[in-house]
Amino acid sequence: MSTVPVVELRGVTKAYGELEVLRGIDVAVREHEAVVLIGASGSGKSTLLRCVDLLDEIDDGDIFLDGEVITDPACDVVATRRHLGMVFQAFNLFPHLSVLQNVMLAPLRAHGMHRREATDHGRELLTRFGLGGREDDHPDQLSGGQQQRVAIVRALATRPRALLLDEVTSALDPELVGEVLELIRELKADGMTMLIATHEMGFARDVADEVCFLHQGRILERGAPASIFTAPEQPETRRFLGRVLGLSE
Amino acid sequence: MTDAVTDIASDRRAARAAARRSRERRGALIAAVSTVVVLGLLTLLITQSSGWPTVRETFFSWQAFKTSFPDILRGFWLDVKLFVSVEAVVLVAGLGIALCRITTAPALFPVRLLAVVFTDLLRGIPTILIVYLVGFGIPALQISGLPNDPIILGGLALAMSYSAYVAEVYRSGIESVHPSQRSASLALGLSSAQALRFVILPQAVRRVAPPLLNDFIALQKDVALVSILGPLEAFRVAQIYAAENFNYTPLLAAALLYVAVTIPLARLVDRMQRGSRPPVSGVVR
Repeated sequence: MSTVPVVELRGVTKAYGELEVLRGIDVAVREHEAVVLIGASGSGKSTLLRCVDLLDEIDDGDIFLDGEVITDPACDVVATRRHLGMVFQAFNLFPHLSVLQNVMLAPLRAHGMHRREATDHGRELLTRFGLGGREDDHPDQLSGGQQQRVAIVRALATRPRALLLDEVTSALDPELVGEVLELIRELKADGMTMLIATHEMGFARDVADEVCFLHQGRILERGAPASIFTAPEQPETRRFLGRVLGLSE
Repeated sequence: MTDAVTDIASDRRAARAAARRSRERRGALIAAVSTVVVLGLLTLLITQSSGWPTVRETFFSWQAFKTSFPDILRGFWLDVKLFVSVEAVVLVAGLGIALCRITTAPALFPVRLLAVVFTDLLRGIPTILIVYLVGFGIPALQISGLPNDPIILGGLALAMSYSAYVAEVYRSGIESVHPSQRSASLALGLSSAQALRFVILPQAVRRVAPPLLNDFIALQKDVALVSILGPLEAFRVAQIYAAENFNYTPLLAAALLYVAVTIPLARLVDRMQRGSRPPVSGVVR
């Protein structure tokens, strides 16, 4: 295990004014691995992901991408973001663009890909993930599950080094959650490196190489899913899992 | 058993449909009667007033209408040309000013400041005053190279005034696009400028199309203000006819011409507002 992690956070802190959201976070995501962040709303999962994608600026510590620091003030923020893909809870698709245009925008504009190549690549990805035939629809013509799958394909279209997934099923109706999680399982099987925040514990158990439990801005407990879910050590972890799994303590 | 239920259901349905039809018929009848009564009373009131014969002669003279209309129509053609060219300038300049106002780059602070001062000042001064100040002020500077054609100066004044309004319309549109759209663009590796160009502006412009058209209707009427600088546009021509013959019918003729353009424009705005789809998802939180 001497390989350099794809994404690594060392001692990351972040505060919004007085509110300390992240208080010394260390996480490493190795190639082809999935690290899953669990924890109550407000525990800092989303902020952590936004900081990795440089959408929020961290206060202390450093974040590395393939061993190179990306949180140095001298770093090119836009260039760094091109190597990462992010998917949001509320999809954030572009409503004025068709499905295919949503997927092609970044390859075309941020990566300077030729239109022909971007079109072919976009169509191929959409077909692969069961969205063939919907290329010319607009996002509001799709179901929530389809919209989120388009958002994932859009993030994949730039061939990112790692994918950041921020509670991607939390805004979905229960019957639509499955199709999105299934897609992420496929990505994991294909070897995509992922950092995932989720409330879906069954999914976390399946897909995670490491689970981190966040509590008030700290990683209180971490480990293989088997050990965290069956034998949590910290009382807070036990209480949280008891609540979300509906189990008694 | 089932048949009986269906029969009862269809009886109820027929009864309701009949009641609905008779309600609609009664409504239409009442509307027609009340319209006739109100319009009839108004007509009676006006035509029975003691001044009506004089008013009819000075405002509704067919003879005066016939003689003045061709010249007024020719003047109105100048209004239309002026309106269209000023509108084109306003659309571009307004967007430029709006973009200046939303820049956050420190180096562009003076630009932002200028944009704020411009919009505040130009919206604060009555348009008719701006036409005066530009129309008589710029030629008075006697700088060679500056235009002194009253049509161009009048157009410039209108363009300045309306760019200020339109800039604010654009800005409200830009600010109405949810920040998560910007986040999503940046996360994909677009630069701030690209996010604005490809994601935020296209949505903003679509949203403000109806209020922009409203401003065009206002501009179409305000073109008449250029008349104070002398050009022979519709209102000015009508005024001259009215003064020569002590008959105001030509003014009414000019009014008809303005209305012939503004009413179709207004209906177009209505249709756009009705046709615009409700705000779409993907922009929450």
